[in-house]
Amino acid sequence: MSYILIIGAKSDIAKATAREYAKNGYNLYLAARNSNELQEFADDITVRTQRTVNLVELDILDYKSHQEFYNKLDEKPLGVISAIGYLGEQEKAQADFTEAKQIMDTNYTGVVSLFNIIANDFEKRKSGFIVGISSVAGDRGRKSNYIYGSAKAALTAYLSGLRNRLYDAQVHVMTVKPGFVATKMTEGMDLPEKLTAQPEEVAKDIYKAQQKGKNVLYTKWMWRWVMKVITMIPEWKFKRMSI
Amino acid sequence: MSLMSWGMYPKIKNTVFKFDKKKTLRKIINEHDKLIPYGNGRSYGDSALSSNIIHARPKDCFIDFNGETGLLHVQTGVLLSEILESFVPRGWFLKVTPGTKLITVGGAIASDIHGKNHHVEGCFSECIKEFKIMLADGEVVICSKEATPELFKATCGGQGLTGIILDAKIYLKKINSQYIDQTTIKTKNLKETFEAFEEYQDKPYSVAWIDCLAKGSKIGKCLLMVGDFRDDGKLDYKVKKQKSIPFNFPSFALNNWSVRVFNWLYYGKVKQSISKQTVDIDTFFYPLDTIGHWNRIYGKNGFTQYQFILPKESSYEGLEEILTAISKSGKGSFLAVLKLYGKANDNYLSFPMEGYSLALDFKIEKGLFNLLDKLDEIVVKYKGRIYLAKDARVSKEVFEKGYPQIETFRQYRKENKMDNKFQSLQSKRVGI
Repeated sequence: MSYILIIGAKSDIAKATAREYAKNGYNLYLAARNSNELQEFADDITVRTQRTVNLVELDILDYKSHQEFYNKLDEKPLGVISAIGYLGEQEKAQADFTEAKQIMDTNYTGVVSLFNIIANDFEKRKSGFIVGISSVAGDRGRKSNYIYGSAKAALTAYLSGLRNRLYDAQVHVMTVKPGFVATKMTEGMDLPEKLTAQPEEVAKDIYKAQQKGKNVLYTKWMWRWVMKVITMIPEWKFKRMSI
Repeated sequence: MSLMSWGMYPKIKNTVFKFDKKKTLRKIINEHDKLIPYGNGRSYGDSALSSNIIHARPKDCFIDFNGETGLLHVQTGVLLSEILESFVPRGWFLKVTPGTKLITVGGAIASDIHGKNHHVEGCFSECIKEFKIMLADGEVVICSKEATPELFKATCGGQGLTGIILDAKIYLKKINSQYIDQTTIKTKNLKETFEAFEEYQDKPYSVAWIDCLAKGSKIGKCLLMVGDFRDDGKLDYKVKKQKSIPFNFPSFALNNWSVRVFNWLYYGKVKQSISKQTVDIDTFFYPLDTIGHWNRIYGKNGFTQYQFILPKESSYEGLEEILTAISKSGKGSFLAVLKLYGKANDNYLSFPMEGYSLALDFKIEKGLFNLLDKLDEIVVKYKGRIYLAKDARVSKEVFEKGYPQIETFRQYRKENKMDNKFQSLQSKRVGI
């Protein structure tokens, strides 16, 4: 079995990760909405690496379709990587619950719905790995993006529990917490160069850490320490800050 | 965020446009003037700088490969390094590659780049079957030497001034090893250097490192490295981990003395007059690529590369005069690269011609441009020319004298309404 399933495959991190796994010899299922738009990218990987790339249709918010989605994969994947992420607009989400719900459902509920199905299968097979891309934004809520942050915090807790549950079944679960990454999601933001990763660096980090069986990956690495400092700031101080 | 070129000089503010679909690109072209395509930012000077930049590097998909013919179809932003990573293990290599693999295919076409095998294989345009380009009116044309010769000759070497290249079909060449048998010849002066180049002309790859600070009878002493691929079937090409220069060095770090020491060490480590080594692709072709951001050693003011070529018949005299002038000035250059080129092609602005080319790096400092102006005079006197992909300062007069087909190029741009649409700082300066 040599397929990796990547969900949310249109994101820049997903694409870089897909190239990284293909380069290292894996075939791919790339799952996204309107997945046919990924055809050019799929051809790219095939020409580069001579791996097989299958595009599969997935709507992460259509929870009912998830079981069938997974059943339809001919060869079950060796591992799954979720790069699903929707930053949304914080201010809009404060005023309009539809936006808030969209952020929560995309980043958390949808991923849980699909990961539950996959986790059950992996547990039965006693093999496989699950990688969830969460965010450093989930380590502490800040006024600039706490709806997104809270959804990612939920995902981080979910992945931690899942890791605990699947340990006995030898299924490895890894939580990825990227800091700033130069992607479509952050385009136009003024990000500090030293703390900002390129998607290719994130992909390399994910591949290496997953192969090594790491539990929680911060990428770039210094984010582990940046977040340690941020979470240590006492609440009376933190609530007055703008970071 | 403003984009810079590799030399970090000049620095200007610019608006960066990205495009995913042709429709988006067409809209950008329709709505803006003074556009210039930008690939991976490895041209040294201002050839890819303008107030409006079209960033082509994100268009980086491989489209198709034919394992029978070696024809590779890629989008414009694919790096040569990506091609090597995928295809060296399968026994294929670039027909023509410059001294860095960190350039895009679109950039390779726009500068009609050349490499250590110019005397055998010519420029990058020789390996192109065809490419797709969006012109000033938004029309997309499939361009080849046969079907659209004028556009081809204007675009290859045309520094992005004819349109935005979208993708290209290029021929790769078969190799059966990722190793090169290299012979290093140590010479004592310019005369010996020239003799060595002539003697080893049948070797497909050749390049020399010259010590520019040598004086008197030692002027022109060099290490000439020639080589060819081995035939041992070892194709286990792995990309090495890059070390990176994390910040700009203070600008005094590089001075006459530190360069002198470097050159002395570099030259001195080779003991015999002729020695043989086996080296891998990255060591032989891309020695500097293993150090990320090496441009930072010149400090935050940046640097420029001065690369010129002289016709073969006047090369000896001209180089002697230029090397003497540089040596006298005391302005050092780590990297002085000398090479004997093959015949020129028909492209309007391609740099190579039959003769010797020398490339030197200088950090930007007081007095430098006076020196370079002096060198320009010597280059003009000996009927040579300056390489646009490296240049950030050459005058219109000096540039024009070196490129006899410049009027044809200007005319072509005007007729096709490219002259306002596509511009760079360089094109404005030299009037193209």
